[in-house]
Amino acid sequence: MSPHRHEAQSANPLRDPLDQRLPRVAGPCGMVLFGVTGDLSRKKVMPAIYDLANRGLLPPGFGLVGFARRDWADQDFAQIVHDSVREHARTPFREEVWKQLSEGIRFVAGDLGDPQAYLNLKKVVAELDSSRGTGGNHAFYLSIPPGLFPVVLEHLKTSGLAEDRPEAWRRVVIEKPFGHDLASAQELNRIVGEVFASGSVFRIDHYLGKETVQNILAVRFANTMYEPLWNSNYVDNVQITMAEDIGIGGRAGYYDGIGAARDVIQNHLLQLMALTAMEEPLSFAADDVRAEKEKLLRAVSLPRELGKHTSRGQYASGWQGGIPVKGYLEEDGISPESTTETYAAIRVDVDNRRWAGVPFYLRTGKRLGRRVTEVAVVFKRAPHLPFAKTAVQELSNNAFVFRIQPDEGITVRFGSKVPNTTSVQVRDVTMDFQYGESFVDSSPEAYERLILDVLLGDPPLFPRHEEVELGWEILDPVLDYWAAHGKPDQYVSGGWGPHSAYDMIARDGHSWRRP
Amino acid sequence: MIRLEDTSGGAVSAAIAAERHRMGSPATGMVLTLLILSDEEAQADATAAAVGAARQHPMRIVTLIPRPGKHETRLDAEISVGGDDGPGEVAVLRLRGLLAEHANSVAVPLLLSDTPVVAYWPEHPPEIPADDPIGRHAQRRITDCATQSDALSALRARKAGYRPGDTDLCWTRITPWRSVLASALDQPPGRITSVSVSAEDDNASAVLLALWLGRCLKVPVTQTVSAGPGITEVRLGTEAGDITVSRSDGVTAVLSRPGAPASRVALQRRDLADLLSEELRRLDPDEVYGDVIRQVPEE
Repeated sequence: MSPHRHEAQSANPLRDPLDQRLPRVAGPCGMVLFGVTGDLSRKKVMPAIYDLANRGLLPPGFGLVGFARRDWADQDFAQIVHDSVREHARTPFREEVWKQLSEGIRFVAGDLGDPQAYLNLKKVVAELDSSRGTGGNHAFYLSIPPGLFPVVLEHLKTSGLAEDRPEAWRRVVIEKPFGHDLASAQELNRIVGEVFASGSVFRIDHYLGKETVQNILAVRFANTMYEPLWNSNYVDNVQITMAEDIGIGGRAGYYDGIGAARDVIQNHLLQLMALTAMEEPLSFAADDVRAEKEKLLRAVSLPRELGKHTSRGQYASGWQGGIPVKGYLEEDGISPESTTETYAAIRVDVDNRRWAGVPFYLRTGKRLGRRVTEVAVVFKRAPHLPFAKTAVQELSNNAFVFRIQPDEGITVRFGSKVPNTTSVQVRDVTMDFQYGESFVDSSPEAYERLILDVLLGDPPLFPRHEEVELGWEILDPVLDYWAAHGKPDQYVSGGWGPHSAYDMIARDGHSWRRP
Repeated sequence: MIRLEDTSGGAVSAAIAAERHRMGSPATGMVLTLLILSDEEAQADATAAAVGAARQHPMRIVTLIPRPGKHETRLDAEISVGGDDGPGEVAVLRLRGLLAEHANSVAVPLLLSDTPVVAYWPEHPPEIPADDPIGRHAQRRITDCATQSDALSALRARKAGYRPGDTDLCWTRITPWRSVLASALDQPPGRITSVSVSAEDDNASAVLLALWLGRCLKVPVTQTVSAGPGITEVRLGTEAGDITVSRSDGVTAVLSRPGAPASRVALQRRDLADLLSEELRRLDPDEVYGDVIRQVPEE
């Protein structure tokens, strides 16, 4: 996508822009993984690396270095990777691919704070350069709690591991959360920025790697049918939902004190909103897309009376899908006094010509009716209906829905005549496009795409620190308001959130879709 | 599976729609129609491979099997829709007697509306696929020189009949080779002075790979014969030494470059379903294939 790469590639006589069969393959490089025993590493990162290798998208001499405080040899770490690949990889296990990958696996034992360990790491990286031909190009994947970033980054700097040379790159990959408010996000950006140049920092928001999220821009800007309607003349409101049916599970330590708004709204939902509402970018190059996203986020404003236009809740004990479940305050490791919200809904507005007067409702929660993420653009009703009142009683607003997960695709809801009725009667029907139906099997895991983009140095799918900070600027006043005003409402597990959420949207004369 | 005897193209189309209705899903997301023209011998493998490819590209597969001769003139059909065979629709049609000459008339009512059509001849392609009554519907026309006995003369025939939109599975087969070679040159290797390609005798893919390398690198390419399987080695001579990719077992290759350690690359030979899947990923003319096939040497 970026113009740079095309220039670089045209130097290779075997790469012809007309040749559309050749995949984008990462150049010689390796990756250093911090936090090898975490869930994310084992369930997402390692399988994604194997899947990339299996699809022939990794360079032949790819190196993977694990770093942890374990008394392991290379083959012990290789075994961990092997097991995770066996269990979680998307593509079938092939011995020859595994052999190719496993030859480049190394392990460095050491404490994250031990300077000697980083010197050892430096040696291993140099050894990979000479034995595997990784060419000095390495990405450091920090799959560790953000509290440990400063110490790791500091050591990467002092040991010289982070040094970019003109002929070899060093990049860093960090996962959300990117701070817990504006001040902490700025601090984090400062710390990372001291060690790595901003173009070398890749913030993974795995949502942005999903095909369906990328499809939002494709549908909007590759078609003629939708964009003319995509404004306040036709759109009544926009509802962006990310619902989970599970509780916090074993993540009490991480979740308590963070809550739904910080965990989901600040990053995923605001990113989805930006993609749904932004203007057409000049091109799909990283800078152009980010410029439009930032412009949109800058135009976002909060309602004046936050109490009336936001809602938060905690799931109460109850039955969900036929199974008895605990309430949030009864979960292991959660204080009965906790005021952390497991459900959050906010209304925001976009102050520009296209969207003035159209409320955007963002909601997320745990232990809701089912697992679903979607962006629903709800249209205004037709200005005049030339039918008998009884004929259109069952007709509601037209809607255009991007189904992000599961069951990825698009749904359009509109009215249609009911057949076999003596008088005209109109009812809602839906027209579905399912990704799985038109492009079966072709939907790689978000992590595959994102890791490949890190190795290629292709940044459009990664949020820039400006976007992260804008997200916090939007959310911080809500968080402050909630901290100062009472407690979250309890809501029934397995439903669609607290009463206050229904009240807040009803106040504007709208209602939630059942996703 | 539904069997229709002594039927017509329209009736087959209606039967597919009825079957969809019966299953409760009349609306479908089929992305294309694949017309396979085959004799009785090759049709089963070709249809099975297309069903496999339909997992990635849900499509209507219409296999047309001409059975000329003194038979009664009639059309027999076997239809299966969805289910365990994958998301696609399959119609295997036997065109008996005089009907064998009029496959087109059977195919027309079976083309899905407003979606691309691809034609595939597993064995005996027409001289000019684009001018064939069936090929004329298709924006992409797939042939397979590997099924012909003499690779070079098969390629010459493809060259003579080439129109943009044609493609051959022998070209598809070398995509992984081309990808590995291209990434080997991502770091500028200096001037390439010689190229050689080794493969088993009479291998159309090797010929195309050699032509492609010659076209891109602008150096003469030597071809040598090896025991196979398939292509076994490509050697690019540079001033600093040779860059080689060699594969003796048809599964794993070794890439070596001057000044860099040798490394292993998975380079497995792919099955027909995989090849068709790749072929259906893009439906616009493959211009690079066009350039390469036009360079096939005359006798």
